[in-house]
Amino acid sequence: MPEATMTANTGAVRTGTQELSLNKAINAALADALEENPRALVLGEDVGRLGGVFRITDGLQERFGAERVFDTPLAESGILGMSVGLAMAGYHPIPEVQFDGFTYPAVNQIVTQIARMNFRTRGALPMPITLRMPSFGGIQSPELHSESLEWLFAHVAGLKVVSPSNPHQAYHLLRHAATMPDPVVFMEPKSRYWQKGSVDFDTPGDLTGSVVAREGRHLTLVAWGAMVSRCLQVADMAAEDGVEVEVLDLRWLKPIDAEGLARSVARTRRAVVVHEAPKSAGLGAEVAQLITEHCFGTLKAPVERVTGFDVPFPSGSLENEYLPNADRILFGIQRVLEYRRG
Amino acid sequence: MSVTATPAATGALELDPQRLQADELKRLLAQMITVRHLDTSAIAWQRQGIIPGYAPMQGQEAAQVGSIAALDMTRDFVFPTYREMGAAYAAGVDMAEYMATHKATWNGGLHDPVKYRFTPIQTVIAGSALHAVGWAHGQRLDALREGREQTDLPASLIYLGDGASSQGDIHEAMNFAGVFKTPTVFFVQNNGWAISVPTEHQVAGGSVAARGAGYGLPSVAVDGNDVEAVVRAARAAVAHARSGAGAVVVEAFTYRRGPHSTSDDPGRYRSLEDERRDAGPDPIERLAERLIAADELTESEVRELWADAAAFEERTREAVAAQGPRPGAEMFEYVYQETTPVLQQQAAQWREESDHA
Ligand SMILES: Cc1ncc(C[n+]2csc(CCOP(=O)(O)OP(=O)(O)O)c2C)c(N)n1
Ligand SMILES: [Mg+2]
Repeated sequence: MPEATMTANTGAVRTGTQELSLNKAINAALADALEENPRALVLGEDVGRLGGVFRITDGLQERFGAERVFDTPLAESGILGMSVGLAMAGYHPIPEVQFDGFTYPAVNQIVTQIARMNFRTRGALPMPITLRMPSFGGIQSPELHSESLEWLFAHVAGLKVVSPSNPHQAYHLLRHAATMPDPVVFMEPKSRYWQKGSVDFDTPGDLTGSVVAREGRHLTLVAWGAMVSRCLQVADMAAEDGVEVEVLDLRWLKPIDAEGLARSVARTRRAVVVHEAPKSAGLGAEVAQLITEHCFGTLKAPVERVTGFDVPFPSGSLENEYLPNADRILFGIQRVLEYRRG
Repeated sequence: MSVTATPAATGALELDPQRLQADELKRLLAQMITVRHLDTSAIAWQRQGIIPGYAPMQGQEAAQVGSIAALDMTRDFVFPTYREMGAAYAAGVDMAEYMATHKATWNGGLHDPVKYRFTPIQTVIAGSALHAVGWAHGQRLDALREGREQTDLPASLIYLGDGASSQGDIHEAMNFAGVFKTPTVFFVQNNGWAISVPTEHQVAGGSVAARGAGYGLPSVAVDGNDVEAVVRAARAAVAHARSGAGAVVVEAFTYRRGPHSTSDDPGRYRSLEDERRDAGPDPIERLAERLIAADELTESEVRELWADAAAFEERTREAVAAQGPRPGAEMFEYVYQETTPVLQQQAAQWREESDHA
């Protein structure tokens, strides 16, 4: 495997292939985005000298200077509102919200300003803002550090929402998002930050739409973010019983790749959608409806949802009760496989 | 007539020492009369069904026209609320395009914010304050990138009301502006009211300018009905911001002489007597009288200014009345810079199922 190469401040970005944890892949993507676009900026709480509470921005301030990678006062509306102004001034802000649940104080700026500014100004003031947020549960964190916000942002006209599931995707989807002229909510699966994988810097692959993470004939498991690797484990377990599960990593949650969904489910004729957010009015409902629209005639069973419950995300000691685990996903699979028209 | 400024408790900013020349004051008077006429007419347009609604700015002409006079519209950037028609006019914005928001043609207005350096009208109270700070920070970064001194920066001016001062975003914006020393002027029009709630019930401590001290921002409170005082305060503020010394708070005390909007009924919360007592001298009459007393202006010149204003209103009204709805396809066109398959599909279905094809 060739060593990854990188030259500082020349616009040169990584090449070759490297084994990286997901957090390091994101760090690499940020470095390369800053390298490539002199108008890219990283801002947020503790992202400078500390390198972020998850060390995602580690070393960036040292390398790119305190003008381009800077700590803000502790105020999320401030971070996002300031990003709007910076975007108006021709910059590409890449703000970090320290934890998913602390995006709530900034929802006003995200929904009423960032998402609408291009529309309001008829394209005159686009909002190329890449909003990174550590997302989802799984690491026994305090209250409001485990939220899945796709239910909120995927509904907002004017936003795009994406969540990577492995280091290769994390690197390339973030690089891609950081060149997009529209606002992108980038949901990082924090429980997978330390999961390693091979990142091929030269071969991003198609960065739009969904990807089939594992092929199978009997049923499609639809997931995103941290739930993808769980679904891959479940697919291994199901295989032992002779059930061939296809895992579709949705990646983009707005816009959702309806074609990719339809292509997979048209083949498998059965689907289970898995997410961490509460079930009611969650994105699983949207996925199920898209499958119904496109595959109703071929479906052998109603689409199942295996999700979090309609309760606030509980304390760490209960999160394994709350989060879809392998057993619950397997029960979901079983219900779909055993479904008989009444 | 004296130029009034009430210094804030600490960090008071001195008015710009330069008094205004008569011709400058006459130019400002002309602008104030133009927007007064347009403003009162816009209420009539609403009654006539030309526009569905409007938020009048009567009484705030000196504050708006005066604050814009301190800017260099070739490089500064203005962040208005929904009540800044006078500022928009003074900044050179095409008024029919500006009025498009009140005509319900396009939310925010049809004017190009980049061309006019004037953002769309903001309906979210305090929603733009942080944008003004971010934009201004961008000017600092530009100077750094280009190796320029930070002593002649473009400035942002953010308008906010007494009601807006209660919002958390104003605190965040002033604090960010203080921390990053952005070239930003917070221009508060304290017009006594936030819809039905009086300033006394809104602004603890009585002064928004006084809060500047807490953020390390110099501030100045000024008689917002005295256009010369407003210009001199705003010039001092802009000069401070440009110099790289950071942001400034200007609080212009004025009065909302009209209803909150064309659907408001002020009789429910204030009497005509209250209005007469609290409004203070009319900023336009006051300036005209001063100039006439100084032999710088004649009654007949004043009549001419009003006639010009009437002609301008007529042209603007015709343009606004002629403004048809935008093509429905624009709903889909401007959501993103790069549209999505989902949106394209919805647009195609809309086209197919309606008569707009
Ligand atoms: C966030 C938000 N809350 C409430 C409103 C409704 N609203 C519109 S104007 C207004 C009063 C604002 O008062 P002030 O800031 O003093 O400005 P003024 O109307 O006096 O110009 C209110 C409550 C709004 N537009 N935005
Ligand atoms: Mg007010």
